[in-house]
Amino acid sequence: MDPAQFFAASRLVIVAGKGGVGKTTVSAALACAAARMGLSTLIIEVEGKSGLASLFGNEPLTYEEVTLAPGGGPDGAAEIRGRALTPDDALVEYLRDHGLSRISKRLVSSGALDVVATAAPGIKDILILGKVKQLERAGTADLLILDAPAAGHAITFLLSARGLLDAVRVGPINSQARDVLEMLTDHARCQVMLVTLPEETPVNELVDTAYHLEDRVGVALGPVVVNGLYPTLAGLDADPEAAAAAASTTLRAGEADALRAAADFRRHRIALQQEQVERLAAELPLPQLHLPYVFNADLGPPELDELASALLTAIDDLHESRR
Amino acid sequence: MNELDRLVREADIIVTAGSGGVGKTTTAAVLSLEGARAGRRAVVVTIDPAKRLADALGLEGLTNTPSKIEGPWPGELWAMMLDTKSTFDDLVVKHSADPAQAERILSNRFYKNISGALSGTQEYMAMEKLYELHSEGDFDLVVVDTPPTRHALDFLDAPRRLTRFLDHRLYRILMTPTRGLMKAANVAAQAFVRTLSKVVGAEVIDDAITFFTAFSGMEEGFKHRANTVFELLSSPSTAFVLVASPRRDTVEEADFFARRLSESGIAVRALIVNRMHPRFGEGLPEATRERARTLAGTDIGALYANLADFRLVAAREEEHLAGLTERVAPAPVVRVPLLRSDVHDLDGLAEVGTYLFDPAAA
Repeated sequence: MDPAQFFAASRLVIVAGKGGVGKTTVSAALACAAARMGLSTLIIEVEGKSGLASLFGNEPLTYEEVTLAPGGGPDGAAEIRGRALTPDDALVEYLRDHGLSRISKRLVSSGALDVVATAAPGIKDILILGKVKQLERAGTADLLILDAPAAGHAITFLLSARGLLDAVRVGPINSQARDVLEMLTDHARCQVMLVTLPEETPVNELVDTAYHLEDRVGVALGPVVVNGLYPTLAGLDADPEAAAAAASTTLRAGEADALRAAADFRRHRIALQQEQVERLAAELPLPQLHLPYVFNADLGPPELDELASALLTAIDDLHESRR
Repeated sequence: MNELDRLVREADIIVTAGSGGVGKTTTAAVLSLEGARAGRRAVVVTIDPAKRLADALGLEGLTNTPSKIEGPWPGELWAMMLDTKSTFDDLVVKHSADPAQAERILSNRFYKNISGALSGTQEYMAMEKLYELHSEGDFDLVVVDTPPTRHALDFLDAPRRLTRFLDHRLYRILMTPTRGLMKAANVAAQAFVRTLSKVVGAEVIDDAITFFTAFSGMEEGFKHRANTVFELLSSPSTAFVLVASPRRDTVEEADFFARRLSESGIAVRALIVNRMHPRFGEGLPEATRERARTLAGTDIGALYANLADFRLVAAREEEHLAGLTERVAPAPVVRVPLLRSDVHDLDGLAEVGTYLFDPAAA
């Protein structure tokens, strides 16, 4: 598929997955990929301290929008911005916009929001999603990437609109919930990309989450991102001693064992990962985008760039595999 | 005998804390299994909604009362999945003056929301369950898993935080009109409530008022209990074990928990790091990478490139752990390698156990 077409499918992409699968990294890589296609991108963080900003070498995000990557440069990439949405900030802004600024400060400073949120759970989620909807409608960026809460909470988060329609039958919260639900279920406006690792438990949970989101929220699911696949290397089957002799070099004492064990390890892990990838394909009929494991465990802008390239290649391949 | 060995043999309570996806639940199960193997009556309580412990223990589903797992050990092994809501229900019944009061609360919609969804309720109820299991005396060792969130240790602020909700100013604002006191002073408060009703709907506020009215009189019991639970948690017979993986972000989370515990005057007794990449030989990653470059295009070059990849990961993982290791010192750091497959049976738990309790043999 043409990446430009891929990113044009919906203005909002919600990235969701179980904790520890690299959801935030994938959100950042997606943003880089989209920016390279010339789309101005806004990354929205909702759970606080996800480390998203540090991937770009920035200070932690705040409610105020900041530039994470200015764009321009030789590849003519568009700008990437980021902000963190909190229910408190979203509420104050919402009330202010609706002529209720007098009550807003008191509601937040007294901590009353907690009580109200308890009275109708999902209010915090709807405040955030309502703000996202506003940004989406305003066309504040070509693409909005929402780094969703971790797995279990992601479902609750996205279900909040439906739940609130029942709990709060009139008033602004009700209409907010209605608007949010409309956005979530409009496949031309919003899609969810699920992220997993090629491992047993994360794959199981991803499959469950996928069906939940589709059946209960009615949201469109984009391709699944399988993160952390060890890249294959040709030549790992060779015997170290024979291979050294063939290249007219010698090995240090004990090195043959280390080389052999490391090669075995990679082959073995790749086989295990492959099994899980195939199982995922069998259990969930969604296209997959594969991202490589980054051996340099300190992710920064160069690694993000690498992942963005991998994503763009994988998106390109989506097209070919469908033909 | 290492520190973990000592803990499963001697501690009354072990609490595991860490971020999601690091194998915390599995670790809790392994600790309880080892307790049973050491002849103790052990129970593991998980609150992980992913039901991974159920997988690990080969159970089809857990309930709010422990179920026994039969096996070839001298002690006993029990497991349960915390049902936050029914634990809260039990607590309401226990503290209410009469069955009618309990019933009024349990059937209130606002209460149903609190007991199921109020942030912090899960953590609070986990500790409540822990206290109950410990004090009823059926178990020598209670291992409790915490939710995979940054708020997992919020119960340490007990009782301030646990009862914060009940002490709430809004609670008083909502309550005063029904008490009919100081009417004049409440004009502002009532205006506030009216505006609030406009935003969230009057039904929501009505539900809340009904709840607080029904709950009236039970706050003291709750506060007292919260204090008792906190005392138990900070006693020397309770051990906090941190679980992490060697990735930078999860190490940062573990570090956050370590600081959080130390602020409450509680020491970390052990740090368990799961999912470590193996180390292949002693060479440095840079030198290995250089070898790979020199020999690029040959099979031996590929073999070196692969070795360099894993040496780099292993070195990075150790770098990530260095600061945390220092922070939790003198608590031992126990490393568990990436396993061949996910743990979903007792053999799998036993395999992890060999890394935790017998590192030399592993």
